[in-house]
Amino acid sequence: MSLSPLQLCLLFSSALFCVGLIGALARSNTILVLLGVELMLNAANINFIAFWRFGPAPSPATGVMFVVFSIAVAAAEAAVGLALVIAIYRHQKNIRLQEAVRLKG
Amino acid sequence: MSIAFLIIALVTLGSAAVAMSLRNLIHSALLLIASWAGIAAFYLWAGAEFVAFAQLLVYVGAVSMVVLFAVLLTRQSRVDMAIAPDALRRIVAALLAGGATLGVLFGAVVSAPLPIAASATPVTVSVRQMGQELMGTHAAALLIVGALLTVALLGAIILASTGREDPPGVAPPAVAPPTRKTS
Amino acid sequence: MTLVQLSRVTPGVSDWFFQSLSSPFIAAAGDSRLERLPIIARDLLTSRLPEPWRWWLNSLLAILVVLFGFAILFALLTLVERKVLGRVQNRPGPNRTGLPFTKLRLFGLGQPLADGIKMLTKEDIVPRSADKLLHFLAPVALLAFSILTFAVLPFGRNLVPVELDAGILYFFAAGAGTELAVFMAGWASRNKYSLLAAMRALAQLISYELPLLLSFVPVIMMAGTLSTTGVVEAQAGWKFGFIPHWHVLTPWGFAAFVIFMVSALAESNRSPFDLPEAESELIAGHLTEYSGFKYALFFMAEYFGMCALSAMAVTLFLGGWRAPLPFLEIVPSYVWFALKLFALLFGFIWIRATFPRLRIDQLTRFAWKFLVPMALINLGTAAFWSLTCNWSGPLQLARWAIALALVAGPFVVMGRKLSRDYAPRTYRYA
Repeated sequence: MSLSPLQLCLLFSSALFCVGLIGALARSNTILVLLGVELMLNAANINFIAFWRFGPAPSPATGVMFVVFSIAVAAAEAAVGLALVIAIYRHQKNIRLQEAVRLKG
Repeated sequence: MSIAFLIIALVTLGSAAVAMSLRNLIHSALLLIASWAGIAAFYLWAGAEFVAFAQLLVYVGAVSMVVLFAVLLTRQSRVDMAIAPDALRRIVAALLAGGATLGVLFGAVVSAPLPIAASATPVTVSVRQMGQELMGTHAAALLIVGALLTVALLGAIILASTGREDPPGVAPPAVAPPTRKTS
Repeated sequence: MTLVQLSRVTPGVSDWFFQSLSSPFIAAAGDSRLERLPIIARDLLTSRLPEPWRWWLNSLLAILVVLFGFAILFALLTLVERKVLGRVQNRPGPNRTGLPFTKLRLFGLGQPLADGIKMLTKEDIVPRSADKLLHFLAPVALLAFSILTFAVLPFGRNLVPVELDAGILYFFAAGAGTELAVFMAGWASRNKYSLLAAMRALAQLISYELPLLLSFVPVIMMAGTLSTTGVVEAQAGWKFGFIPHWHVLTPWGFAAFVIFMVSALAESNRSPFDLPEAESELIAGHLTEYSGFKYALFFMAEYFGMCALSAMAVTLFLGGWRAPLPFLEIVPSYVWFALKLFALLFGFIWIRATFPRLRIDQLTRFAWKFLVPMALINLGTAAFWSLTCNWSGPLQLARWAIALALVAGPFVVMGRKLSRDYAPRTYRYA
């Protein structure tokens, strides 16, 4: 069985996605969970680039554009997420997700 | 498929996997940054120069700093780090879920009839072309992203601020308090 | 140097280096022999070789020339800095160390060599509880990142190591890695003072990264390109035959140049922004636990960063390798580049000798409340400038007046506001 470049890229991105998923599910530290989500986002970006580069593209720049926007959104997500982490820390003096069970401070 | 791709993929995946399993938060953050840099290398390999440098600038330059600051600002005592009794069960469950997802994805990728690029010549996008696309076709998206980033910035400041109001207009004393040696 | 004509890391095109070689360097018609000297010297060495080997050797030569050139520049800079500082402070500076095994002193020219030997032979102390790997990696990473930035600088006509479409973006993306190295140095030392100092250094680096990046956006707007050679191209020609079209000679360009240089001072941890390692007040900040050659590496990286940022400022604002006057074009382009670079580096040293150090709150306040708004307003000024590029006659005067007002007005208003909180110090017991 021979794999095309596109398939190899997709395998790479799905492996990265699963690493992020396992990290986000298994760790109890909020920061690591966030970073796992970031990894999953990055894996999605890799897919866009892979399809842009190796797939039949309708317009030459679409994949690249999407990734640029996606990076911007991911940056915003990271900033807000980590601010949330700090807010949680201030409330409960640790950042274990299991203990963040209250909706009221 | 070139050797370069395999090396990039292995380094990225390896550092991401090790990062997710380490106990030391700083180490895992630094390894994740290495993994993001690996993804940037992948973009470079795929010919998406601008995206690669943007990824480096945003992730290695900016997000990494936010992450490291967050890790240091939420330093936990050693007692907190002790593994909770249900941790093992959760890890096994996570591995099972992740493995199942991986299996499904791999199966789908390998078996799906994927369209192959008709032309062998790689498409390249110059920065000028990208700028015109950004300002033309995607102008609305650009504006929305700008608004989103502004809102995120303000939101992050509000979330992370202590709520303690400094009295307005207080500047550090212009004159240093006199320090006299008691002799 | 142009040697690496591989413009893009494009995969799949496995024969890119053959393509690049099939079109060897084509000199422009007017290029003198002196102008082409680096290319001629390179061809003398490598022209006999078969194709792939020739490409590899050309690249290697380019890397070696850049590395050794800047390493020698670093060695000389340490001496020149101490000499100039001495001169400003009315003392001779180092003047004892001459050539080894001779009686020649040569104004202390042997000092860099002696310093190098001293640094190499010093004991390398690693704290017992330090994170050994990161402690070792920090200086290496810092030096690597600062060397990476040299790749896209156009050192002369056709003398750019790597011609990238997004060269300026690459430059600052590679420069962003230095923050990481500073953090690693502070954290791996396992010393709370190191860590605190590293956080302060990071706060400074992040604060000044913003005006640094914002200040050159007008240049990109005007040149319409992100490639370094393109920016130099955009500054070609002379107005009235003697005023060069350099960006610094426009209102927005001048403001951007000043903002860029101030931020560059802060980014390279130079006085008056050298808080992270204020050697006379703190011990050495995040470098406290470093000694011997690792310390020398940090030192080297700082100078490399300074050189790279100065070279970038030359490229962005001072016309790159272009001669200031038409008849001076007989002097080769790389000489002009070097002269401009030396002028800026001398400015760095002069500023270090002249200004007192800022406090941390003054430093961040200056970045956020003055430089960032100024850079943003400057963006508007540049937009106005480019919209009115076809105004002529008296309108041209109006264009200059409005642009100057747009630069000077906010400067005065914000400067007043900023300095109001800081009344002149009155010393009661001094």
